[in-house]
Amino acid sequence: MAHIQLGSDSLEKETTTLNLGPTHPATHGVFQNVLEMDGERIVSAVSTIGYIHRAFEKIAEHRPYYQITPLTDRLNYCSSPINNFGWHLTVEKLLNIETPKRVDYMRIIIMELARISDHLICNGILGVDTGAFTGFLYLMQERENIYEIYEEICGARLTTNFGRVGGFERDFNDIAILKTKKFLATFPKVMRSFEELFNRNRIFIDRTVGVGAISAEKALNYGFTGPCLRATGIDYDVRTANPYSSYQEFDFEIPVGTNGDTYDRYMVRNEEIWQSLRLIEQALAKMEKEPKGIFHADVPAYYLPEKQDVYSNMEALIYHFKIVMGEVDMPKGELYHAVEGGNGELGFYLISEGGRSPYRLHFRRPCFIIYQAFAEIAKGSLLSDAIVTMSSLNVIAGELDA
Amino acid sequence: MAIATEKLIADLQSTFGTALSNFEQPYGLLTFQTNKDSIIRVLKYLNENETYRFHFLTDVCGVHYPASKELAVVYHVQSMENNFRLRIKVFIPESNPKIPTATVLYESANWQERETYDFYGVIFEGHPNLVRILNVDDMVAFPMRKEHPLEDPNRIDKNDTYFGR
Repeated sequence: MAHIQLGSDSLEKETTTLNLGPTHPATHGVFQNVLEMDGERIVSAVSTIGYIHRAFEKIAEHRPYYQITPLTDRLNYCSSPINNFGWHLTVEKLLNIETPKRVDYMRIIIMELARISDHLICNGILGVDTGAFTGFLYLMQERENIYEIYEEICGARLTTNFGRVGGFERDFNDIAILKTKKFLATFPKVMRSFEELFNRNRIFIDRTVGVGAISAEKALNYGFTGPCLRATGIDYDVRTANPYSSYQEFDFEIPVGTNGDTYDRYMVRNEEIWQSLRLIEQALAKMEKEPKGIFHADVPAYYLPEKQDVYSNMEALIYHFKIVMGEVDMPKGELYHAVEGGNGELGFYLISEGGRSPYRLHFRRPCFIIYQAFAEIAKGSLLSDAIVTMSSLNVIAGELDA
Repeated sequence: MAIATEKLIADLQSTFGTALSNFEQPYGLLTFQTNKDSIIRVLKYLNENETYRFHFLTDVCGVHYPASKELAVVYHVQSMENNFRLRIKVFIPESNPKIPTATVLYESANWQERETYDFYGVIFEGHPNLVRILNVDDMVAFPMRKEHPLEDPNRIDKNDTYFGR
């Protein structure tokens, strides 16, 4: 391994210690890797995380349930609506709330848009890390269009705080639906040109095929989920394994790879974008068949009433006060609910002992679990390959640290 | 292929006898308790059994119960082939929070156990690198334990008694 020969009395060592991060542009987030380098090759990597730990699990134990939604925004902030709805679905499961079909379809539209924006960023940045900036700029414009749809529905763009327990705070307006349809019409062309730029690109293939590969057994053992697991050939997806929000009614495929390398992860994400488009199309069509104007379940004790009712209606005022002051007594219960996040299985383990806040809330963050494998994958590879691998694992610091 | 819950319970009980207790199914998820001496045997059995094939450790986390002076370590395991999830709980005393590590079976337990140690002070015996992961290294407390309040206790503007709580 050692190519530098040092004298036996030398105080120097044969390898170089390199700090990659905490604020290195190539890590796309605040986390550190201390690499032992032999020339350009990595001998060992030690990951240090926790730089943006914000104690969400502790804070959640002191907050009413509806105030936990903005905490979930900040886990995987590339696809925060999925986190929001994951949390709402967990609370709805605790309360045994059945949401109307239209709400389910509305959620699917938003969740799949979020999945697209998550994968767009990951694959776009993967292009940047391999030296091609152009594709990323194409995709950023499309992410902008997705954010405009969010903005039309909930008013926010990145940390969306989407919806409420039981449904949405307001119905989709006509502009939102128009923008979604416009996105469905224009995005495939951009996506195709992106794929033309990369899929058969000689440089891109040289940089990604066989890089950062992991076997299916290893991936399972390391707790991989999401696109990183599917790239190894295991077709596990929470949307089909444990359907939530009426995913069982939809027709879509789970793309899988074969080698579990960076190129397969890239291809799986690309294919998932196409599948998400199919899902959005179907959900829009299904939504239009449902009776208009329904955008939340009828659960007055948990769903914040309309503001105009609060001023004119006694019950609405009482519920408004109780919900806002966090005086709603939740039932006792213990449950685990998982949704398919951008990076894999995002789980919420909730223990409620009654009262206003959870007794314990644990987030199963897919990134946190996947990133453990980085030290082993990176070992023996070139530094530039390790950067590409890290990029394709889509490590999001917010989800890593919670 | 689906796992029949009753058969799984019967199999587990015949293999481990009284080491397992409190079988429940809250919200449809089979949950049981075991003790710290049996947990690795139980996980190994579930992992290596040819029918059940619980190859996937979904989640490890801790819970603090100050009333009974206990800490719970909660394992979620999953059989992807059978699409079946399980929750296993181990209660250990606060005064001696030790439990064997699951890293011998699952690599994914590594950081999750470090996280549990970091927040609850559960000592996973045999863990290859049991140091803090999210909090600073020189922290002395285990912050997720219930005795640590979230905010400055001297603040009066958030005093719950003013709101009748």
